[in-house]
Amino acid sequence: MYHKFDAVVVGAGGSGLMAALQLVGKANVACITKLYPSRSHTGAAQGGICAALGNTEEDHWEWHMFDTVKGGDYLTDQDAAEVLARDAIERIIEMEHMGLPFNRTPEGKIDQRRFGGHTRNFGEGPVRRACFAADRTGHMILQTLYQQGIKENVTFFNEFHVLDLLINNGRCVGVTALEIKTGELHTFHAKAVIFATGGFGRAWRVTSNAHACTGDGMAVAYRAGIPLMDMEMYQFHPTGLYRIGILLSEAARGEGGILRNANGERFCERYAPTLKDLAPRDMVSRFIYQEIKEGRGAGPNKDYVYLHVDHLGKDVIDAKLPDITDFARTYLHVEPYKEGVPIQPTAHFAMGGIPTNINGEVIMDEKATVLPGCYAAGEAACVSVHGANRLGTNSLVDLVVFGKRAGLKAVEYVHQNDWESLPANYETRSKELLGFVNAGSSDTKRTEIAGDIRKDLQNSMQDNVSIVRNETTLTNQMTKLAELRERYGRIRLQDKGTKFNTERMEALELGCLLDCAEAATKGALERKESRGAQYRDDYEKRDDVNFLAHTLAYRADSGGVKELRYKPVVITRFEPKERKY
Amino acid sequence: MATQVTLKILRYDPERDKKAHFETYTVDADPLDRILDVLNTVKWYNDGSLTYRRSCAHGVCGSDAMRINGRNRLACKVLVRDVGGDTGKKIQIEPMLGFKILKDLVVDMDPFFEKYKSIKPYLINYEAAPASSERYQSQEDREIYDETTKCILCGACSGSCPPYWAGPDFVGPAAIVNAHRFIFDSRDQGGAERLNILGQGEGVFRCRTIYNCTDACPRDIPVTKAIEQIRRAMLYNR
Ligand SMILES: Cc1cc2nc3c(=O)[nH]c(=O)nc-3n(C[C@H](O)[C@H](O)[C@H](O)COP(=O)(O)OP(=O)(O)OC[C@H]3O[C@@H](n4cnc5c(N)ncnc54)[C@H](O)[C@@H]3O)c2cc1C
Ligand code: FES
Repeated sequence: MYHKFDAVVVGAGGSGLMAALQLVGKANVACITKLYPSRSHTGAAQGGICAALGNTEEDHWEWHMFDTVKGGDYLTDQDAAEVLARDAIERIIEMEHMGLPFNRTPEGKIDQRRFGGHTRNFGEGPVRRACFAADRTGHMILQTLYQQGIKENVTFFNEFHVLDLLINNGRCVGVTALEIKTGELHTFHAKAVIFATGGFGRAWRVTSNAHACTGDGMAVAYRAGIPLMDMEMYQFHPTGLYRIGILLSEAARGEGGILRNANGERFCERYAPTLKDLAPRDMVSRFIYQEIKEGRGAGPNKDYVYLHVDHLGKDVIDAKLPDITDFARTYLHVEPYKEGVPIQPTAHFAMGGIPTNINGEVIMDEKATVLPGCYAAGEAACVSVHGANRLGTNSLVDLVVFGKRAGLKAVEYVHQNDWESLPANYETRSKELLGFVNAGSSDTKRTEIAGDIRKDLQNSMQDNVSIVRNETTLTNQMTKLAELRERYGRIRLQDKGTKFNTERMEALELGCLLDCAEAATKGALERKESRGAQYRDDYEKRDDVNFLAHTLAYRADSGGVKELRYKPVVITRFEPKERKY
Repeated sequence: MATQVTLKILRYDPERDKKAHFETYTVDADPLDRILDVLNTVKWYNDGSLTYRRSCAHGVCGSDAMRINGRNRLACKVLVRDVGGDTGKKIQIEPMLGFKILKDLVVDMDPFFEKYKSIKPYLINYEAAPASSERYQSQEDREIYDETTKCILCGACSGSCPPYWAGPDFVGPAAIVNAHRFIFDSRDQGGAERLNILGQGEGVFRCRTIYNCTDACPRDIPVTKAIEQIRRAMLYNR
């Protein structure tokens, strides 16, 4: 079926909704999402969204900008960090006006709390910058933005799975999507497309990410010739529930929670004397890794440490950390009022993604050449505001700040530009893709099941492209990925139906995960240094001479990475320094 | 500590089946596995055609509300050992009642979301907001509607509500909970409009206070209490 819209937004999480809200009323816009909007993973965000409001103590956007740059180990583009820190303030106020139920100070202002890596006066000590709604901040942002979408009458295509990005004469002209309920293929002809499809945490075994976080938008763009940037920069959050990875927000430590090893020692003190448990995530995850490696992990396999909030008292826990303490009770049968909660680092956030400039326009190369009509925002995009390591609460800001900017830029674009026609045979690639997965339901030579390949992918990424990496693990993973791609070519489906065929969807999602994993592994292998989330025990130092640059990965037609290029980092106010906390 | 777990699942494929039927699967699982994990094991390694919705896997996105041993639950919030699955008890899984079945455990949520939209689930305030600051709200005022902000629109409450099954024109507990979230927000001025919508027909007075909804809510929202407060507001308003 053919549709025509001025603009389509792919994804209805925080970033997609914010973008769609800019377009509605000013252009004919559709929001396409494989989940009902309220099911998007933004709803899982817990701890907070930061802005230098200064509601409870002195704060300035310059401090926020500095923390973002330093937190990103100087891979952050500083023009983007400045936009983030400045615009954050307006966006928070705007969402409060939309009805977002923030927690309040005694005077009735938006309350703020501490979060990792956020400091006063360029690193002197922790500052209260994170605005929050208990520990369901993301839920309230998602609800509030979706509700505004309802109010403004945004046209949603719910449970539509986007398959392909259409480009003609050097301009972006639309997408194709599979309607999950009917199995029908739809083409959305559009002047502008905004990708807001979230991250790819499901490439790892232990992750805080939803099953739906499979990097679809990144993969779809990548296959259409757009590079992916800094994919090796993948964040492991220090505190996932042991074994299953469900997140326990940094807010727990922001409110005074403490990490302890098997001996009861507060080990962060030893590594980061100033910020201690509130050092940035890449560091705390490595501290935990080190504790476990040196035999101070707890449990029969000595493979976890404890997060303690018991000393905060029941009132603080119930008022500020109700959901996450409930997760500990539900999933581990542990009572956080009384005891430490077993935790281990969990795959959490993609700093990398589809490269854009500070207006959300997708760029194609190291010279920042724009692909007209194509935009990206949120976790799917890489502005790059998070550099090599994102600070807590900076993603939610990223969604609303750059979701809005991408939306506004798209409004401008659709008003100033005429329609470009669709390419000839615009459904061919989608039909081939569907044909390939569908064929697996009758071809008896195809014997692989997606479940096995996914499990092997997740286990191998967990072993080889994790908190600590090196030449050996990364080379092994390249070999493994080549094997998995070959097997993927032989997958077989059991569900032969067209309606609500989620087995087919999962197979498509697995294909996207493979693309993302390949770009991430290759980027990590060639980046011969340690910076932020990329920690290599064979190259332990940061190397600003050779690698103060963003990786751009281009895909080969048959899968795998064809070429890596490097794009210089934008430095405006802060010269790179050693990162100490 | 793997153990054998048996699921008895109501299956329906619109392209193959005239009517729904049960199928039984026995797979390895850990007592601490979620029911969702067990469904995944069945789907990924035994029968790829088994169909259900899921995303977050920890009770915050509202995708996987279904009937587990006759009660509406999120499959990702019930562990095998919570329902005795590790001691040999069969676990029965069906789609929620009161919704049209699309395939296996997937039901048509569109009418549910239409009802949600009907109560104007967004802040209504006719005065201009302050130019560069938030609207103030006291901690006490914020607390009044705290519980109803937790709703994840999973449908477990509405799907356990006999008047909701019976009356297509009854908005149901989930929509009422979301109306409550705004009516009791001190910043909102749309209370009267919403009470009017809820008062149409039998409206909230359809509720027979049987507490099924409160029992079903995976977010521990006191649904029946919220409905009571709305009724009181309505009587007071008249
Ligand atoms: C447990 C957890 C806690 C977090 N806590 C915080 C926090 O406290 N503070 C903070 O700043 N950040 C936090 N984060 C990070 C932050 O929440 C996410 O990075 C952010 O919400 C991602 O939003 P998004 O809009 O980019 O994508 P998402 O919210 O993931 O939405 C993606 C959208 O794309 C759609 N989509 C995907 N693929 C397709 C396709 N093929 N076709 C059509 N639609 C598609 C989906 O349906 C969905 O609507 C947390 C993350 C997690 C996992
Ligand atoms: S999968 Fe999200 S609520 Fe269960």
